[in-house]
Amino acid sequence: MDMPKEKKEIRELVLPSQFIGDAKKLKPGIGTFVEDGKVYAERLGILNVKDGVATITPLRGKYEPKTGDVVVGIVIEVGAAVWMVDINSIYPAFLHINEVPWFVEIGNTSKFLNYGDVILAKVKSAGDPDKVQITLKDRGLHKINGGTLIETEPTKVPRIIGKNASMITALKRYTNCRIFVGRNGRIWVDGNPDAIQKVERAIRLIEKEAHTYGLTERVIALLKGE
Amino acid sequence: MSKKPEDLKLIDENGRRIDGRKFDELRPIKIEAGPLHRADGSCYIEWGNNKIIAAVYGPKETLPRHEQHPLKAIVNARYNMASFSVEERKRPGPDRRSIEISKVIGEALENIIMVEKLPRATIDINIEVLDADAGTRCAGLTAAAVALADAGIPMRDIPVACSAGKVDGHVVLDLCKEEDNYGEADLPIAIAPRKKEILLLQMDGHLTPKEFDEALELALKGCEIVSKLQKEALLKKYMKEVNRENE
Repeated sequence: MDMPKEKKEIRELVLPSQFIGDAKKLKPGIGTFVEDGKVYAERLGILNVKDGVATITPLRGKYEPKTGDVVVGIVIEVGAAVWMVDINSIYPAFLHINEVPWFVEIGNTSKFLNYGDVILAKVKSAGDPDKVQITLKDRGLHKINGGTLIETEPTKVPRIIGKNASMITALKRYTNCRIFVGRNGRIWVDGNPDAIQKVERAIRLIEKEAHTYGLTERVIALLKGE
Repeated sequence: MSKKPEDLKLIDENGRRIDGRKFDELRPIKIEAGPLHRADGSCYIEWGNNKIIAAVYGPKETLPRHEQHPLKAIVNARYNMASFSVEERKRPGPDRRSIEISKVIGEALENIIMVEKLPRATIDINIEVLDADAGTRCAGLTAAAVALADAGIPMRDIPVACSAGKVDGHVVLDLCKEEDNYGEADLPIAIAPRKKEILLLQMDGHLTPKEFDEALELALKGCEIVSKLQKEALLKKYMKEVNRENE
């Protein structure tokens, strides 16, 4: 492989158990493990080496919550002081009554959010994968009314947003829809029904051709055409 | 093993096997990663005349909740033969044989999946045999391993399986149907190829200790070849996505 010009990182596909480097020279980051002083990949993904730390960006798999992610969640359980919210991850996330912008008395939770309600929330803490806390107390976070949910693979979300949000800006401009893209692969769209269908078609196109050149232009062509 | 018909010759004068292979030759193998779009990970394998689909679902939360393990994930493997996969119609549903194979495959895979990273979760592995021609547990496990990698599940290695056996007094690699039925022994193994750790080892028939060592050595060699094919199948599917990343 020839050396890259400038300081562009080489991004390489790795398979589980693939040897990455010596543990003395390379720090193991997310998606890697160490055995007998050697660093190996633990899952299929793209290897990034930055500042001597090897991390793997997964290409497949369930959504993994990270602190600060904005996600679209669905309430699946209403407790006395807590809601359980499906955020498309392995485990449901907790939304405590202290983390909503309303004053909720204990036992009165269902008046504010009930089964099936959709919320735009932020991941507050994601230390353990099975104890994720989310919050509604931040700018722009709220309960969602109306509109349509489109589900996609969480690993395709960066493509749907595009470089410097170019793709999502195009989607909004050409369809006049309101769109929220959750990091967890759920996309909420509201607008007139034809426009919503157009957005869904565009998203399916992005999913299918995520790896091709000039995708933004083709999506714009799709949105402009009838 | 059933009684061999009088006129059946498993190995001819030239040292060729019934399907024309050499003693240490595998049947042709074709592996495709990710043919099913609803499963989280999947694999289709053609190993000689075996045709098998493996699908992986999860990790997902274990339900019912009292079955959750607080420290690790539960791996459920299900090996199933289609009723049309064998010569005479097989009664559908789990039987003694497929329950055993599900158990040994599940336990082999559990050893290389990083179950401790996924507490309270379940990983379901379905292995569906569409066409059977001896060595389905090896082919099924090989396909399940590719499906697990395709699902993005953290694992220490990509396991691989292969069988060896004894036919007409010769130790041979990868038995076909006739050799399995009328041969003297069958030895399927599954390994974690990076460290050559054995994940599964079963034996049907009789081998002397010397023959056993020889068969094991042969099966390990076979595993190495199949392991390369597994990795090629995964690379083939994901390479184009990476080319875009390097754009």
